Amino acid sequence: MTETPTTVEFTPERLATAQEMIARYPQGRQKSALLPLLHLAQEQWGWLSPEVMDYVARMLEIQAIEVYEVATFYTMFHLDPVGKHVIEYCRTGPCCLMGGEEVYDYLKQKLGIQAGETTPDQKFTLKEVECLAACGMGPVFQIREKYYMHLTRERVDEIIDELSR
Amino acid sequence: MGKKILLEHINVPGIETYDVYRKQGGYTAVEKALKTMSPDGVVEEVKKAGIRGRGGAGFPMGMKWSFLAKPEGVPRYLVCNADESEPGTFKDHYLMKNIPHLLVEGMIISSYALGANKSFIYVRGELMYVIRILEKAIAEAKAAGFLGKNILGSGYDLELVVHPGGGAYICGEETALLESLEGKRGNPRNKPPFPAVKGLYQCPTVVNNVESIATASWIVNNGGDAYAAIGIGRSSGTKLISASGHIKKPGVYEIELGVPVEEFIYSDEWCGGIRDGHHLKALVAGGSSVPILPANLITKLANGEPRLMTYESLSDGGFQTGTMLGSGGFIVFDETACVVRNTWNFSRFYHHESCGQCSPCREGTGWMEKVLHRIEYGHGSMHDIDLLVDVSKKIEGNTICPLGDAAAWPVASAIRHFRDEFEWHITNPSEATKPGAVFKGDMALV
Repeated sequence: MTETPTTVEFTPERLATAQEMIARYPQGRQKSALLPLLHLAQEQWGWLSPEVMDYVARMLEIQAIEVYEVATFYTMFHLDPVGKHVIEYCRTGPCCLMGGEEVYDYLKQKLGIQAGETTPDQKFTLKEVECLAACGMGPVFQIREKYYMHLTRERVDEIIDELSR
Repeated sequence: MGKKILLEHINVPGIETYDVYRKQGGYTAVEKALKTMSPDGVVEEVKKAGIRGRGGAGFPMGMKWSFLAKPEGVPRYLVCNADESEPGTFKDHYLMKNIPHLLVEGMIISSYALGANKSFIYVRGELMYVIRILEKAIAEAKAAGFLGKNILGSGYDLELVVHPGGGAYICGEETALLESLEGKRGNPRNKPPFPAVKGLYQCPTVVNNVESIATASWIVNNGGDAYAAIGIGRSSGTKLISASGHIKKPGVYEIELGVPVEEFIYSDEWCGGIRDGHHLKALVAGGSSVPILPANLITKLANGEPRLMTYESLSDGGFQTGTMLGSGGFIVFDETACVVRNTWNFSRFYHHESCGQCSPCREGTGWMEKVLHRIEYGHGSMHDIDLLVDVSKKIEGNTICPLGDAAAWPVASAIRHFRDEFEWHITNPSEATKPGAVFKGDMALV
């Protein structure tokens, strides 16, 4: 399970990346780096705590509210602690045509949780998402940067068993 | 059959790398444009090509470019819309992942034509792995001298920045995308002013789709007239179609505009037909927001002629009997698909993705989702059907951006063409709510 950070600071590598990201945008437009920095922060801490959002605000020299209003608008950001693996399951039409709903029911049953919940061992969090732009390869879910496609019950078993080890 | 412009080299091993892409003739268009053509000369070729925006709206790209304001001393921007989020559409994902340099090369040419020295590729955040592929391609192009200061000694400078979204369909709308790129919530802006006058950072900006920009290299190499000669009339060139649903061969296909719809569905070159033992029931031809059509209206026009994969032919008959090419998100439904359930699913999508700025969309999408949910789950009344039509009409045309229309059209068209299926759900709730139950009325299957 991800935790509330005690010290809020990017690792030296990520700090360098963050500075490089800010420098990509024109002078005085550093706020443009907000989404890239929030992704970077989520990569480090797993979720965006208020402390982390405040840290990003300071780094960009903007008000904390400007970060909160953005972090709450975009669905990729986790505003509560999550499990080790966040499964983002596509629930949109084309995936459903390929049996996405049946596979989803099976996944929920296998994990013993509903959407928005985390398994007791803190390994998996389940989230429902809308279309992931992989409709020809559905059903689809995503964990971090990886797409898992052509899902079936058997494939779900393989993936979950593999990640549970 | 047909010409390949974008996917010609898709199967060449290593085409994602600079070296292989270059060996296949990559970046020759940049050399040609920067060494032998003026920026206006490039714009002229794109105008002649007649290519229409491939993101969905179909607005002529050359015309969009020519609207760009050019006040002295103010930077201009090109922003590539790679926020591909329209359900049923996955062509840009495929293109960027497999041939990233095609987009990078197109960005260089397009930026040169528009006089932009810093250009952005806004990629939906879920595609972080594709962002890394693009960043690698950009670094390779820079190392080869095609990006940076004084490119090829032309005196032209360009930096490309890949920007991740955060998971919001609305950011595919160009003004929402610009807000998002500025680090804000993706709330669409009122137009005017249009981005061509006040766009990114209040500077003149062009926003184009990935596929449109990727086509620029071919147009520069071969000329606008050669491009215009492909396709039919105002539907010039080729189009990437994302084919999904109940077909034998889902995938991304490049077609010459003008292929008959029937051939696209049944030919082994493309979709390969409906999966074994099943029949075509319905089709969404251009992404979830375009009107759904029943089988009998898909392949033939009202006058009996074959319907073609063009902007004009797909919209023939207006919304009464036609639809739209849109983004080319081609979703095929066989007789096992429930139109009511699919309509509810799409409604939930639009409700979830509404930015909440305009009340007709914010409230209306939620109402439609709820009403469709109760019909699907056996609690609907006949009055609900008219209620849905009424709500959809009150959303359509009454919002800042087209998301409202996009939410209204799938509902209105599903009722227009499949009203008996909605009525069956309402009059036979116990039967309709059984797992896997689908209306088997006297609908025409093909």
